Amino acid sequence: MSDVIYLDNAATTKVAPEVYEAMKPYFEELFGNAASIYRFAGNSRKAVEAARETVADFLGAKPNEIYFTGGGSESDNWALKGVAYALKDKGKHIITTKIEHHAILHTCEFLSKQGFDITYLDVDENGVIDIEALKAAIRPDTILISVMFANNEIGTVEPIKAIGEVAKENGIYFHTDAVQAYGHLPIDVNELKIDLLSASGHKINGPKGIGIMYIRNGVKIDPFIHGGAQERSRRAGTHNTPGIVGFGKATELAKEKMESRRKYETGLRDYLIERVLSEVPYTKLNGHRTDRLSNNANFSFQFIEGESLLIMLDQKGICGSSGSACTSGSLDPYHVLLAIGLPHEIAHGSLRLTLSDETTKDEIDTTVEAVKFVVERLRSMSPLYEDFIKAKKAEDR
Amino acid sequence: MSEIIEYSDKVMDHFTNPRNVGEIENPSGVGTVGNAKCGDIMRIYLDIDESAGTSPKEAIVRDVKFKTFGCGAAVATSSIATEMIMGKTVEDALKLTNKAVQEALGGLPAVKIHCSLLAEEAVHAALWDYAQKKGITIEGLKAPVSDIEEREENS
Ligand code: FES
Repeated sequence: MSDVIYLDNAATTKVAPEVYEAMKPYFEELFGNAASIYRFAGNSRKAVEAARETVADFLGAKPNEIYFTGGGSESDNWALKGVAYALKDKGKHIITTKIEHHAILHTCEFLSKQGFDITYLDVDENGVIDIEALKAAIRPDTILISVMFANNEIGTVEPIKAIGEVAKENGIYFHTDAVQAYGHLPIDVNELKIDLLSASGHKINGPKGIGIMYIRNGVKIDPFIHGGAQERSRRAGTHNTPGIVGFGKATELAKEKMESRRKYETGLRDYLIERVLSEVPYTKLNGHRTDRLSNNANFSFQFIEGESLLIMLDQKGICGSSGSACTSGSLDPYHVLLAIGLPHEIAHGSLRLTLSDETTKDEIDTTVEAVKFVVERLRSMSPLYEDFIKAKKAEDR
Repeated sequence: MSEIIEYSDKVMDHFTNPRNVGEIENPSGVGTVGNAKCGDIMRIYLDIDESAGTSPKEAIVRDVKFKTFGCGAAVATSSIATEMIMGKTVEDALKLTNKAVQEALGGLPAVKIHCSLLAEEAVHAALWDYAQKKGITIEGLKAPVSDIEEREENS
């Protein structure tokens, strides 16, 4: 790992040693099923409930409003399908945005095949939704608004509080996919008037395969995983005790470090952004300049293509991403970058670098040098760049 | 778009050390084609030596260069395609298929098959340009399609 510069923390993060240590006993001596009666299992049960309390406390929620799931994608699926089915007699209209994660967008596509009607809100060039457009999209049969807290590609933070207010005024449930924001930004579900919220463990130095959903008491939602009576009969399946404990510990650490981490990452992020923008010509920053996740930088380099860029950076030991890791191998255009108005060929040359609190300034310097080198090399091979330079020369003459 | 997909060593070699990148001043023919599926673009320059044979088909590809805006597979197929037609007769260059390009690269991942079409089409487009400039017809050479997806869908 030491020779690798890992700048893909929006894809996944390293499990913190404290988290790993906290989880270990629940693989080994404390392996009991948290739902069993005997005392031996009581330890597991207590650990699950302690984690639930930690999470609830972090979100300003009640413990019985926190449900453990198999990850962010499951939570997103559950929120949408669960509410849609529970409220289908009330209405079949759902409002979301064009820049959601595929866990939301593909679930919406599925629901639209089931007869639900989905409105996808536009975003502006920074990736922010327009509250007036949201209000205008509301109909008598609207049952759910789902807007992500912060975007995974371009880092833009959405006006969650304003959205929550609009939802509340209209008596519509508000779900937010907070997978990228949870643990990075303060979240109070009451202040922000959030009814449902998804989060994931592995984005906050916790384990993979564990997530949560916050469901406000009183919200009508059908179960998604049917089976046993776990999680108040709303989410069946034996508790992933080590995962849950890891999620709790990761939340605790994230909360403790949130402020210092945000400061540190923001400083480094801004340094990275300034260097790249000033040292690599024909480059654009994607996403909001300031209202963005503290660890996210996303650039478009004109005239070059993202996969080639990634491979060359990888050869220099730098892990970045171009679009979302989940769309690996698929060639669909980056829906987020197109939604903020980038032309196809510019969206194509995008690079997302997401830092952690362990990223160093040295690593950023090395990365900037590598980016400069690689971009220049790819441009020297690019017919688009050749055309651009020729046209420019002709103009100058 | 994507994380890095698994490429063969041959693909990685051609991607890392692409052969014949660049431009040719006053080329005999230039062809630029775009891939509607992904937006990638490839350009091939040809320098053709006509003194070699008696008919246009027997003329020789004396030099070939390429420029590509595209994924790893697109760069690698461009590179190997230039190698495969260098020094060949126009007739042989015309026979270059995307299949042959794929095979020469030791295969491509399934989602990357469309990328190899660019190379074949760009070579044909460059030869077409050459024929147009010369006012000659080369047997078996058709006008390039503007959008190679049309063909891909039908093939
Ligand atoms: S993805 Fe466009 S040519 Fe390969």
